Amino acid sequence: MSSSEAPTLTRDGDRLVFTGRLDADAAALLWRPATAARAEVTGALTLDLTAVETLDTNGAALLLHAAGSEAAPKVEGASAPVAAVLARAVTAAAAPGPAQGGRPHSFLSGIGAQAFGLLARGQDRVVFVGETMLAALSYIIRPRGVRLSDLLRHLDEAGTRAFGLTILLGFLLGVILAFQSSIPMRQFGAEIFIPQLVGVSLLRELGPLMAAIILSGRTGSAYAAELGTMTVNEEVDALKIMGIDPIRMLVLPRLLAGTLVMPALALLLTLCGLIGMGLVMLGLGFPPTATMNQLRQTLSVGDMAGGLFKAAVFGLAIAGIGCRCGLAAGRGPQAVGDAATGAVVGGIVATIILDGFFAVIFFRLGW
Amino acid sequence: MTIATDFAKERSKRESGAPVVTATGIAMAFGSRTLFRDVSFEVKRGEVFVILGGSGCGKSTLLKLLIGLFPPTAGSIEMLGTNILTDDDDAREAVRTRIGVMWQSGALFGSMTLLENVMLPLEAHTKMPEDARREAARIKLGMVGLSDAANRLPAEISGGMAKRAGIARAMALDPPLLFLDEPSAGLDPITSAGLDQTIQELARDLGTTFVVVTHELQSILAIGDRCIMLDKEAQGIIATGDPRTLRDTATHPTVRAFFRREVMA
Repeated sequence: MSSSEAPTLTRDGDRLVFTGRLDADAAALLWRPATAARAEVTGALTLDLTAVETLDTNGAALLLHAAGSEAAPKVEGASAPVAAVLARAVTAAAAPGPAQGGRPHSFLSGIGAQAFGLLARGQDRVVFVGETMLAALSYIIRPRGVRLSDLLRHLDEAGTRAFGLTILLGFLLGVILAFQSSIPMRQFGAEIFIPQLVGVSLLRELGPLMAAIILSGRTGSAYAAELGTMTVNEEVDALKIMGIDPIRMLVLPRLLAGTLVMPALALLLTLCGLIGMGLVMLGLGFPPTATMNQLRQTLSVGDMAGGLFKAAVFGLAIAGIGCRCGLAAGRGPQAVGDAATGAVVGGIVATIILDGFFAVIFFRLGW
Repeated sequence: MTIATDFAKERSKRESGAPVVTATGIAMAFGSRTLFRDVSFEVKRGEVFVILGGSGCGKSTLLKLLIGLFPPTAGSIEMLGTNILTDDDDAREAVRTRIGVMWQSGALFGSMTLLENVMLPLEAHTKMPEDARREAARIKLGMVGLSDAANRLPAEISGGMAKRAGIARAMALDPPLLFLDEPSAGLDPITSAGLDQTIQELARDLGTTFVVVTHELQSILAIGDRCIMLDKEAQGIIATGDPRTLRDTATHPTVRAFFRREVMA
């Protein structure tokens, strides 16, 4: 038979006769016919391989499928190379497969298992917070172990390198807020009060909140990926074995950087937002002096201090969540991706929850 | 290029005893640093060909050149009848489905089980139905002794198992030519010997040609039919031949030191 001819399978009583080259293409072509032919055989099945030119392991998979059993099939006419490949495939296929997993959880025990998992994860988080606080306290008492160069690098990465994005988003936010609020305010002839509305929104809420989202997306995920990779590469274990506290060396500089850069980012974002709003006001026919007067009447140092304090707390939370996700990463490249995702989602959720707490606290304090 | 033409070409080459890989005058430099120059050799069908040498001599780089990951600074490489540097993209793409590569770390996809890793090339390059792919992948894992780990993720297995799974994946399409990068590195002697045995059995039973990059002396002597030895100082090949003969008769001081585990003066 010429090698250019397609492989074939025919049934001759209880014999399945194969011809040609039995490889992946043959397996694709003859898999279903083999299933059908095997079903029609009533007695002891024999594979006739007299006209088989060559056999590889994909072709051997086809023959074992046709034989319908993992035990050595009855074969006739196989050349020595074909018989050798088939024998090797039979041995490989006969090797015991993976052990069956235990009985799946019932509904109730599934809920229990989930609850225990949740508790364990909660416990891990509390331990992380505790360890970090201890490391911070011990650093205050004995300020060693945090390298200034590390801190400066993190300040640069989380802060100065985020300035461009912060300026752009802040400016656009101010423009959008001013335009959107001008539409209903115009109906009441109250466009002059747009600076008050936008100013308070930006300084107290949107500035810190948007800066937190920027920090979470840029820096929280980067912390998680960096520490996650270190965990996967066993660098964190190496630190522990060398007697160096990974919390002090890896986490504290990042927490400090996150806490310090956030007020700066929030302030920058707010200022750019106010500039954007000022330009819209100019377009609406209000001179800068009028806009500034409105801002002066409404905004206080207390508003700014409250906003910046919130921003610092958001920064601490986002950096902490990023570091924690990285250090808790599992094994393999997927673990790093999961850690980065967890850091971004966790950072944003934590920011919103904390913002809710601040809203209640500031309301109670009358700020 | 049609499959039929491929088969005819391959068979005629086998009949004429033509080499599977022919490297002629290969040179490689990174910037002003020359790694090697004028490297020429042939790999014959069905043999286990070993590229050996000390650390930093360019073994793994040479492997990457052979499989076409990047081009050499000079020279030509013909593989399975295709010049991988000058022939058109279709021809080079066709060659890629007829070679298998086992990477040093296994390079298994972390989100897939071992079985799914082995099934992946079958899914991409064949029309085999899903159950056929599964059965073929199971046989390949059985051949490297990993049947019981088929449903595990790469993160859940040892380094030696990852290397064996890497071989199973490289074999998925039953390629006539397999490249192995440091298959025994970092393995214990028993696992390493098991891997050597697997390579020998696959070469014998399936007629697969192996190009193996390694500096593990035991493996070289156990599996190598022929070898070339690269040297950092000479920036090229300093020895060619049967590794056992080289061990017993080599006169080049670096080759002697390598095979006899001696400290160079």
